[in-house]
Amino acid sequence: MPKILVVIPAFNEQATLLSVLSDVLKNIPADVLVVNDGSSDSTKDIALKNNVFVVSHVANRGLGAALGTGFEFARKRDYDILVTFDADGQHTSKDALKLIRTIDKGRADVAIGSRLLTKTAMPLDRKVLNYLSDLLTYIFYGVWTTDSQSGLRAFNKEAISEIKIMTDRMEVSSEFFREIKRNHLTFKEVAIQAIYTDYSLSKGQDKKGNWNALSIGVKMLLRLFS
Amino acid sequence: MTLIQLLLSIFLLFALSRVILRFRGGQLSPLEFAFWSILFVAAIFGIFLPEQTSQLAKILGIGRGADLVVYVSIVIIFYLVFRLYIMIENLRHEITEIVRKIALENVIKSKTKK
Repeated sequence: MPKILVVIPAFNEQATLLSVLSDVLKNIPADVLVVNDGSSDSTKDIALKNNVFVVSHVANRGLGAALGTGFEFARKRDYDILVTFDADGQHTSKDALKLIRTIDKGRADVAIGSRLLTKTAMPLDRKVLNYLSDLLTYIFYGVWTTDSQSGLRAFNKEAISEIKIMTDRMEVSSEFFREIKRNHLTFKEVAIQAIYTDYSLSKGQDKKGNWNALSIGVKMLLRLFS
Repeated sequence: MTLIQLLLSIFLLFALSRVILRFRGGQLSPLEFAFWSILFVAAIFGIFLPEQTSQLAKILGIGRGADLVVYVSIVIIFYLVFRLYIMIENLRHEITEIVRKIALENVIKSKTKK
């Protein structure tokens, strides 16, 4: 039986965290780590009421930083499989299990859940932005993917030990592909469901619009020259 | 001496005095000290010897000395902004490392509810 860790990065997710944790704890035979990324709401308290590990960033450092902490935790405690799972209720444990099976059976070093392999109700502006991110990911990192911004991923032991996350913020989603390429890891996309609620829509990107995605693109460009 | 020459040179001398003070205080490395003092001294020369900058400009194929100064300044400013950007990114990363270290030293495992 592999030792599995589900990492849930959470920044002010009090509205959805409890239901996400119940789903994960009930259905996935794994340890759960909530990385409370400097939340100002009751995210930490909600996490503590459940049978999970909780670590807290004293200041908000961003998605990449939270995932980086999860990887460090997994390395220190020698986990065989690491799963990243969003706290906003976008993912289901059923899909996470599909990814875990892919890794467990040795079909790939990294499995990424793609919301675009099946017909999903992703809003059009999201589809366009996603496509542009995929294109940028391909141009910068040479890996073609149908969903470079997916938050549901699974990694085997080799990937856990090799992947180094440098970025602190949302660009981390693309950075995983750079690390896959750099470390010659194999990766497989697995079709997953995407549950879009008004809540999850307001989280990933800036509430005022899609500026976040644009700024990610600019940052990826800048990083090329740094 | 024109008024603008006076004002600019007073400001540049002030800037130069800060560079010297920071160097003495240990906030600037010898190399940084050399860079900033050469920059400000060159600017003072440029203010009082505009003909020389014009000659240099002509050699480089630019009409006026003032234009040369503006072009060179913009390039330097852009480069410095870039350096600052990288430096801030590195600082952020270091902050994250510290935050992560503190977080991982305080792992809480709660088992209040199964």
